Amino acid sequence: MTTAMAQTALEGQRHRVQPQTRPEIYRHWKLNVDGQVATLTLDVAEDGGIHPGYALKLNTYDLGVDIELADAVNRMRFEHPEVSVVVITSARERVFCAGANIFMLRGSTHPFKVNFCKYTNETRLAIEEATEISGQTYLAALNGVCSGGGYELALACKEIHLIDDRSSTVSLPEVPFLGVLPGTGGLTRLVDKRKVRRDLADVFSTLAEGVKGQKAVEWRLVDAVHPASRWDEAIAGRAAELRSEADPERAARKGIVLEPLEKSIGENRVAYRHLTLDIDPAARTATVTLRAPEQAAPLPGDPTELGSAWYPLALFRELDDALVELRFNYEEAGLLQLRSEGNMDTLLEYDRQLQAAQHHWFGQETLLFIRRTLKRLDLMARTLFTFIEPGSCFGGFLLETALASDRIYMMEDAERPVEIALTALNRDAFPMGNGLSRLAQRFLGEPEQVEIVLSRSPARFSAPEALEAGLVTSAPDDLDWDDEVRLAVEERASFSPDALTGMEANLRSAGPETMETKIFGRLSAWQNWIFQRPNATGEKGALSLYGEPNRPQFDHRRT
Amino acid sequence: MLDTIPNNVNLDQNPKLQRALLHWHPKFLDWWKEVGPEGFQQDQIYLRTAIGVSAGDWAIYDYVKMPDYRWGIFLANPRKQDSIYFGDKIGEKLWPQVPGEFRKELRRLIVTQGDTEPASVEAQRLLGKTAPSLVDLRNLFQINVEEARHLWAMVYLLHSYFGADGRDEAEEMLVRRSGHEDHPRILQAFNKPIDDWLAFFCFTMFTDRDGKFQLAALAESAFDPLARSTMFMLTEEAFHLSVGDTGIQRVVRRTAELMQEGADPEKAGAIPLAVIQKYINEWASACYDLFGGEDSSNAATYFGTGLKGRFQEGDGKRFPDHLALDDVYTADVVEQGKWTKREIPMRRAMNACLLDDFITDLHRGLKRWNKVLEDAGVTERLTLPNKRFNRNVGIYADSLFAIDGEMIGQAAFDKQIGDWLPSREDYDLVQRSMVPVFEPGKVAGWIAPPTRGFGNNPTGFEYVLFH
Repeated sequence: MTTAMAQTALEGQRHRVQPQTRPEIYRHWKLNVDGQVATLTLDVAEDGGIHPGYALKLNTYDLGVDIELADAVNRMRFEHPEVSVVVITSARERVFCAGANIFMLRGSTHPFKVNFCKYTNETRLAIEEATEISGQTYLAALNGVCSGGGYELALACKEIHLIDDRSSTVSLPEVPFLGVLPGTGGLTRLVDKRKVRRDLADVFSTLAEGVKGQKAVEWRLVDAVHPASRWDEAIAGRAAELRSEADPERAARKGIVLEPLEKSIGENRVAYRHLTLDIDPAARTATVTLRAPEQAAPLPGDPTELGSAWYPLALFRELDDALVELRFNYEEAGLLQLRSEGNMDTLLEYDRQLQAAQHHWFGQETLLFIRRTLKRLDLMARTLFTFIEPGSCFGGFLLETALASDRIYMMEDAERPVEIALTALNRDAFPMGNGLSRLAQRFLGEPEQVEIVLSRSPARFSAPEALEAGLVTSAPDDLDWDDEVRLAVEERASFSPDALTGMEANLRSAGPETMETKIFGRLSAWQNWIFQRPNATGEKGALSLYGEPNRPQFDHRRT
Repeated sequence: MLDTIPNNVNLDQNPKLQRALLHWHPKFLDWWKEVGPEGFQQDQIYLRTAIGVSAGDWAIYDYVKMPDYRWGIFLANPRKQDSIYFGDKIGEKLWPQVPGEFRKELRRLIVTQGDTEPASVEAQRLLGKTAPSLVDLRNLFQINVEEARHLWAMVYLLHSYFGADGRDEAEEMLVRRSGHEDHPRILQAFNKPIDDWLAFFCFTMFTDRDGKFQLAALAESAFDPLARSTMFMLTEEAFHLSVGDTGIQRVVRRTAELMQEGADPEKAGAIPLAVIQKYINEWASACYDLFGGEDSSNAATYFGTGLKGRFQEGDGKRFPDHLALDDVYTADVVEQGKWTKREIPMRRAMNACLLDDFITDLHRGLKRWNKVLEDAGVTERLTLPNKRFNRNVGIYADSLFAIDGEMIGQAAFDKQIGDWLPSREDYDLVQRSMVPVFEPGKVAGWIAPPTRGFGNNPTGFEYVLFH
């Protein structure tokens, strides 16, 4: 047994979720890159669940399977930027994927279920983003039955191809079989993305056996069906067509290696190179301290020479990992304090590097990675408070973490300068799920303020200036600071965690709706409600009794 | 300016508090000049000023112009307990800081308490003009400056423990005004002007005594600075209560003397016993309401979280059970026109318990006043109204009760209310008797002379040097 495996086994016993993986140790996916076409093949190891107590039969998945998928989707963008088509298919005969494992779901706590769904939704959105922005088109090659979460994965792909073997169907059997929803974007993508007529979508969503063949095409559930005999050829052919539509210059791209994170897990602390996650169990808070280096390494002519050590990418990879750690491994830390330490000039130099590299694929992918991580931050079911003190460096791309927060406290100190800085990246480099920049959302009621603050010269704001400009919530002076911070944090930690989650999610969602906001704000919210209801998870609920001899008994009152 | 403020809170080493006070202090002085005692501000008043907290010599006594009074900030010496001794957090360390979890509750308690202090000064601002003696005039001003110091005590807590928010609240205390149409004081009872001296004695007897019990309950608080602030306020408050108690006693004595002589008190410019009784009824019953609902979830929260204890919670003898989870408080209540017993879980009944202690305390005063009547050979006796009478708050607010607490119909109530509560004529009668007497050793005809002076001085001492 290798050290890594030993560690994985140990953490499995402790049920600690390990967000990091790499293709060499994947258990459920095979990643094959052939020129500009990659194939991701699902072959779930039945005994490979991250928690004990269930077998991952029929290519059903759990969080561990999705962590590998998320890793593969991400690596494809950084390590194989030449790839323009990604085919997702199954190694199993007649089975593509039967969705999330029901026995895993049934044995999970409510917080885990909710976070599992959130994570898988984020992965599917990353697939769509890769298709739309990074030019890596995902093609679902459904070579067998595809139900529930399996079909939802297909829905995240640009095209869905289904084998026509007179038996393989696509289906969303959650409502009829399980008394829950296809909550990984299924219902939303049916009508919003694939624009399936809503009455047909209604029929489809209650038709446990699913739809196959030509009817699936007619209903817009899939894009094409191919007979088994011509399956491989058809998929290869379509992949080649899609590849030929891609920018020919992609072929020359040389990827970088996403090196393993330098990460050490201690008691109440996860430490990384540029970031530390500290947990205070008694106070039920977590603190992420983001650090900027003393000096900026110069940007070479070919930015890929920097590899994954490039500070903006390295920092946000660590933040992304820390957020997943927090979600799964520190459920009770209800308030996340964001702090930063470092030289503002250095930080802004890195911000300039990001701007300079934004038209290079590596610069773009780094910006997109930061964007995804910030969205993950937006979706944290934790209170987010940013504290800006002397020695902090919230500027440009790093300031976005503050702008994502529910509140920003900035210290006014007559003797030590405390500043924040805006850059062009704050204008539109990191749209939220609703398509708005965080600045635009902040100033929904006074849209002109966005350009006013962005055009200010110099772009640095002292605490009173930031308060005046509406960029921070409160700017206590150094005398008041400790009391204000302590009271704000302690009071927040004393409120109902559920009410806070709901309140924060609502206030963070100001602005327009998009498919993405519907997935998290409507589909997930309903799903999480249903997960709490006896009709799903009560003793006689449908999810509880799935696979058991007894039929569910419903409370038939509509709410 | 700050170095003249007497304190034992290390003001000179506390830049946060200094900064807050530098801003607040001038506004406080403006407030005092605007709505403090009307007139007399340039006169030299013989006043007690708190300068420390040690038992023997906590105050100095000297002449001072009221605007020059040295309002100070004091915490009583630490309690014998260093951990919380009631509620759900028994055994945890007393809080040297406001826990964020209880910020809103503590702020509400402190602001509500603090708001009453300036309110009483405002309500009493015209009384000086009709003082029945120099002793009484001095006593009035003593109470006024000390109530203002009690405002300081609460403002100190807001300034020290509630950040910018606390500073805003401290300013609001100087903006609200007793009886103001647009920004009145928080508690309705403090929006009524006190425009005769019998009302002033009733205020200090009854309303200040409510204050005593509220302060005593807060003096048990897990939030240590609040407990020690209110504990020291009680030291000063004791004198205020005695002014009310002995004041009413002197009014009763004068009336009893006249009755003994066979004179009609009213015609002699004094106050008939029946009117005194109606004042007692009015003030006592209004003060019952100040304790809040007998069945109160707020009260349960305050007790459970350690914010507010019972009277003498910490004295070690009175309450064997400091959790108060198993007991019930049994109240006689009326439900659908019938008497019934209601069992209120003890924690929810903390206001009712404090009210009962208050009433017990009042009976001691009544006993003294009736002794005066007895000694004068007068057969009538003064009584306290039943706690169900004239209530607007709590479990008795929805039914009508007679002065003795019996159920009563609307018609009977309307018929007798004039016998129980003062009428316009009664107020006018009292007002007519208010004749100022500012000569040392002399006293108005409606009240017996004071039996004691102040600060080891005789009653004839020149307590006010008019400029």
